[in-house]
Amino acid sequence: MRLTLGPVLFNWAPEAWRDFHFRIADEAPVDRVIIGEVVCSKRSPFFADHLPEVAERLAAAGKEVVFASLALVTLERERRAIAELAADDAILMEANDVSTLRVLAGRPHLIGPFVNVYNEATAQWLAARGARAICLPPELPGTSIAAIAASGGVPLEVFAFGRVPLAISARCYHARVHGLHKDNCRFVCDQDPDGMGVETLDHEPFLAVNGLQTLSHRCASLIGDIPALRGMGVASLRLSPQHCDMVAVAQVFRDVADGRMEVAAGRAALAGLFPLAPFSNGFLHGRAGVAQVGTA
Amino acid sequence: MELICPAGTPAAFRQAVDAGAHAVYCGYRGETNARNFPGLNFSHAEMREAIAYAHARGARVLVAINTFPRAGALDLWHRAVDEAVAAGADALILADIAVLDYAARTHPAQRLHVSVQAAAANPEAVRFYVEAFGVRRVVLPRVLSVAEIAAITRAVAPCETEVFVFGGLCVMAEGRCSLSSYATGQSPNMNGVCSPAGHVAYRQDGATLVSRLGDFTINKFAEGEPAGYPTLCKGRFATPRMDGYIFEDPVSLDAAELLPALGKAGVTGLKIEGRQRGRAYVESVVRAFRAALDALEAGRPIVSPGLLSLTEGQSTTQGAYRKTWR
Repeated sequence: MRLTLGPVLFNWAPEAWRDFHFRIADEAPVDRVIIGEVVCSKRSPFFADHLPEVAERLAAAGKEVVFASLALVTLERERRAIAELAADDAILMEANDVSTLRVLAGRPHLIGPFVNVYNEATAQWLAARGARAICLPPELPGTSIAAIAASGGVPLEVFAFGRVPLAISARCYHARVHGLHKDNCRFVCDQDPDGMGVETLDHEPFLAVNGLQTLSHRCASLIGDIPALRGMGVASLRLSPQHCDMVAVAQVFRDVADGRMEVAAGRAALAGLFPLAPFSNGFLHGRAGVAQVGTA
Repeated sequence: MELICPAGTPAAFRQAVDAGAHAVYCGYRGETNARNFPGLNFSHAEMREAIAYAHARGARVLVAINTFPRAGALDLWHRAVDEAVAAGADALILADIAVLDYAARTHPAQRLHVSVQAAAANPEAVRFYVEAFGVRRVVLPRVLSVAEIAAITRAVAPCETEVFVFGGLCVMAEGRCSLSSYATGQSPNMNGVCSPAGHVAYRQDGATLVSRLGDFTINKFAEGEPAGYPTLCKGRFATPRMDGYIFEDPVSLDAAELLPALGKAGVTGLKIEGRQRGRAYVESVVRAFRAALDALEAGRPIVSPGLLSLTEGQSTTQGAYRKTWR
C-alpha cells in the first residue's frame, strides 16, 4: 500500500508551509506529495516563491511531486495559471476540475478527489486520456471502490486521513462570518489552520469552514480499514494535512499497513496526534460520512 | 431566450406547457435523476405521453439523467438514455462522463446538454464537454456573476448556455457537494437527493421548534417564526464569530430583474428550479416568467413577476449573479 500526502487545504503561513514540506521530504514515509493551492487562488501568491524549493527538496528525497490544480476555476487569472503550469512538460499535475482535464488530455496526469469519478466507465475513460492514478471522491462507498478497482486500468487512491472536503463554493464563508466579502477578505482564513469550527445551535461540533470550502468536523481515518482496502484493490492512501505532526501520522499508517503496528495501537496513536476531532469512516461503509464503523 | 420549466409529475408537465413553457425538463423515476423524491417523476409510458403532449403544442422536452451512476450499475443509466432517445426527447441533460460518452457514441444524432451537476464553471470546462461529447448546451453552475456568464457565453459559442433564474438556490458548487451524505448517507450525486425527507425530524422543545437532519440540529424556530425545511446549507449554526445562517439565508433565487442583462449576455436557456413543486407553483411561475420574457422580446418594460409568496422563506436573492454575494 502506497502513501500520498495530499495538498495542504488550509491557509498556513508561507514559511510554516515550506518548513512543513521540508520536514515531510526529510522524514515522512510517503511515496507521493501533492503541492499547490486547491481551495482559493487568492492564497497562491503567498507561497508561490517557496514552491520551487519545496518541489526540489521533495524530489531530492525521492518523493513523486505532483502539482494540484484549483478545485473551482472561474477567474481569468486562475485559468492562465493552470495553462502555464500545464504547459511545462516536466511538471506532473493533478486535475481537480474538468477544465484542467481538457488542458492535460493526452499527457500523463493524476485525477484529484474533486473530479467526479463514481463508476468504472468514467475511470476507464479518464485512464484512456492519460490519467495515471485517480484519487476517488471521499463519499464513495467501498462497494463502488471495489467495483471500479475490479475493472482495472488505473491505480486508485482513497481519502484515508484528515477532515473530509465536503463542498466548494464561490462564496467565502470565512469572510462572511467575519462580516467581510471575498474581495476584501483580509485573509481571515489564516486564523484557523485546521478550519473554523461550525457547531449546531446545540453546540455539537458538525463542520469546519476553510474559506470557500466546507469540510467535516470529524477527521476521516481508515486506519482500521487497510486490509479491506487492500482487498478491494486500492493502491494508495491519501493523508490530508492537518495542523499536527503529519510525519508521525504517516509513520502510523506505514507501520499499520506493513503489519509492524496493531490497528488498536495505530488508532490510539492517531488520536493522540490529532486530538481536535473524533474519527469517522462512515462513507467507506456506505453510511453517513460522520459515522464511525467498528472500534478498530 | 427559451423558458425552461420543471415538471415532477405529468399533471405539472401539462400545466407548464399550457402556461407557456418553451421547454419542460423532467426525469424518470429512480436514481437516474437529481430529483429522486417519493411520488415524483415519470414512468417510461408517462414520459412518452408527455413528450407527445408537448410536441403537439410546440414545446420541447429535456430529459434529465443527471446523477452519477453507481459503479457496477451503469445499465440502469444506459437504459434511461436509450428510452429517452426512443421517446423523442429533444435533449438529454447529463452530468457523468461515462453517461455522456455512452449517449454520444450510441446516439450520435441526439442533442446533449451538460447538467448543472457537471459543474462547468469556465470556458475550458465547457470546451471539454463540447470536444469530448459534442454537447450543444451547458447549464451553468449558480456560482457565476452575470459578467462571468456573458464572458463564458461569448467564449464557447456556438455551444449554448442556460442559467437558473428562479427557485431553490444551491450555495455550493452543484455536483460537488457531499454535505447531505455526511449527515445522512445520501447525496445528490449518488442518490439524486439532498437532505432527504426520510432523515428529517421536527421536535418541539418548549416554545421552540427544532428541525433536525440525521443526528444534527439544523435550525431552531421561536414561536410564530416560519419554520423552513432543514436543507443542510440553509440552516442556522454557531461559529466563534457569529451564530446564524452562516452559509445562506433561507432565500430563493429570483433573477427576473436580470432578464435583460442575461439576454445581452447571450444566454439561450432560462431555467426555473422546482421539479418537486406542485402544479399551482409551476403554473404561476411559468406564466409570470413567460409574460416577462414576452415583454422583453417586444421591448416593453418588464413587470416584476410578484412571486414573493411562492419563494422559500418568502424572500429572494439574485445570488452569485451579483458579485457582492461572495
